[in-house]
Amino acid sequence: MAVMEAPCSSSVMLRDFACEQNFLSQPDGSASFVHGDTSVYAGVYGPAEVKVSKEIYDRATLEVLIQPKVGLPGVRERSQEQCVRETCEASLLLSLHPRSSLTLVLQVLHDDGSLLSCLLNAACMSLMDAGLHMSCLFCGVTCAIDADGQIITDPTAAQEKESRALMTFAIDSKKHNVLMTSTKGSFSVNELQQCIAVSQKASEKLFQFYRDSVRRRYSKNL
Amino acid sequence: MKDTPLANCERDFLLKAIQEKKRLDGRQTYDYRKIKITFGTDYGSCFVDLGKTRVMGQVSCELVAPKENRPNEGIMFFNIELSPMASPAFEQGRQSELSVKLNRQLERCLRNSKCIDTESLCVVSGEKVWKIRVDVHLLNHDGNLMDAASIAAISALCHFRRPDVSIQGDEVTVYSQEERDPIPLSIYHMPISVSFSFFQQGTYLLVDPCEREERVMDGLLMIAMNKHREICSIQSSGGIMLLKDQVMRCSKIASVKVSEITELIGKALENDKKVRKAGGRCGFAESIPLDRITALKMDETPIEMMDVTERANDIVEKAEVSPQMAQSPAVPVPGVGQVGQGLQNTWGLEDEEEEDENEGSDNSAEEQEGRVSPMEQEKYEKEERDGGDVVEISDSEEEEVVILHPEKPDKAPKKTESSLHQKASNKKRQ
Repeated sequence: MAVMEAPCSSSVMLRDFACEQNFLSQPDGSASFVHGDTSVYAGVYGPAEVKVSKEIYDRATLEVLIQPKVGLPGVRERSQEQCVRETCEASLLLSLHPRSSLTLVLQVLHDDGSLLSCLLNAACMSLMDAGLHMSCLFCGVTCAIDADGQIITDPTAAQEKESRALMTFAIDSKKHNVLMTSTKGSFSVNELQQCIAVSQKASEKLFQFYRDSVRRRYSKNL
Repeated sequence: MKDTPLANCERDFLLKAIQEKKRLDGRQTYDYRKIKITFGTDYGSCFVDLGKTRVMGQVSCELVAPKENRPNEGIMFFNIELSPMASPAFEQGRQSELSVKLNRQLERCLRNSKCIDTESLCVVSGEKVWKIRVDVHLLNHDGNLMDAASIAAISALCHFRRPDVSIQGDEVTVYSQEERDPIPLSIYHMPISVSFSFFQQGTYLLVDPCEREERVMDGLLMIAMNKHREICSIQSSGGIMLLKDQVMRCSKIASVKVSEITELIGKALENDKKVRKAGGRCGFAESIPLDRITALKMDETPIEMMDVTERANDIVEKAEVSPQMAQSPAVPVPGVGQVGQGLQNTWGLEDEEEEDENEGSDNSAEEQEGRVSPMEQEKYEKEERDGGDVVEISDSEEEEVVILHPEKPDKAPKKTESSLHQKASNKKRQ
């Protein structure tokens, strides 16, 4: 089988990222996540009362809402909501809270590329902050393939525009499996597998960051 | 989601404390909470913290056709979003009473006071003007949303820069941010709203109520003023009766507060200007308080990609060969198309000879409920040849539906239930 070699440098960069937890007083869990200039707020309410029309008899009902910076939520936000919701449902232990509702609200503060992965990371940190039971943590990584075939991780908005393919993966923390994929553009099977491998490596850094944040947060208690 | 109701003991406690001139957070009667204003990366984006109430304002612009009765004025559009993040009582999409009230108040405060020069927003009179859109997102509700929203809106408007436009004869050129520096809006004055909450039928007054105090208050008075001591808007809600000197006293307090807040906004704008000029990074990322233990920042990190290519190649080689894709759509007979594989076509492809009979029976079939398709008709006909008065069509969902034998085409068309038809046909057969 012919194998297409995508030329890749020996290392790609992740932008600097920052996170703050528990800074909103009303939601049960809140987190903000920043990738370079892309920043997102996440707030979680739950487990709480659910409307009878939406209740599920043996699980919690997870609702994800994404608010854009300007204007009302549209079709793009709905598809992003679906991606985030499927990832969260895969990792949350929903059967511990039957007939309850979990509401996750994400607010886009600034979009400078890799928005979906920033939303996923903020969602995971806010679910952690709310203390909801999860079987594994998850993180989001975005890869872009530019016109030369180079793989770029965590692209800025300018890099995303120039790229020929853009992929976002949600990776779980236990076995580094792919929980969710969202792609745009054209690419070969080989390139897809390379991007998945790169994202799995990048996710190790993100999970280490999660661990460091939580360790720092509870450093005064333990 | 429902909001937690306020307990009676909590309500009594709050009211008793107010009677003794005490507030939960230790403030005095006329004290404001700590206000923090930061600006985002792009022009027109502003975050305001009023104690724990957090609000984000964003201004954007686009070129549109002007309103017909005002051809040389720009358009201002205000929108306050009560994000479900701010409080469990806020629901997405539903226009609650509070949302309508806040939107109206902000519009009156900013639009009717004519604080922005809309004539300077005109590009081509009667054809193209700038539409300035102000979106205020409420992120955390800890009381006094109106004040926070008005500070965020006016700060964002002062911070905003619109693209530069040049007109040469009939040609209009809009320059992007890189080509020419964007220009600020022309703002005459800055109206800021101050809220007063009243308790015990107007006996006690508190400035800048927090969320608990708002729940037990009797009424709210909102005064929007600018630093030149001009009142832009007054609104009293809750049905409390206020005396004239109470309102006068409130307006005096408001003028003091407004001048303090205007100074604060000015300082924040100055700071932001300095940082941008010096070329430093500005934006939300910089305003995260890194000294708190709940915040952490990690710098740019490289990822090692040494064995990525080998891993990827391994996975691709071990993967199954993808199944041969069928050419789609397949066309077995002219007029019939099939996309996809697997299932056999159950629609009658081979019965073209029976089409004439079907056409004849279609006329009488119209009398019935209309669920009869030519296919069912022809199937019935096949089974009819086997002999049988009442035929049960197996693929029909309702077992009581009986398709009549189309023997009497001269029957008057009636809109009757099929069960009546059944009875009629049974009678006739008897």
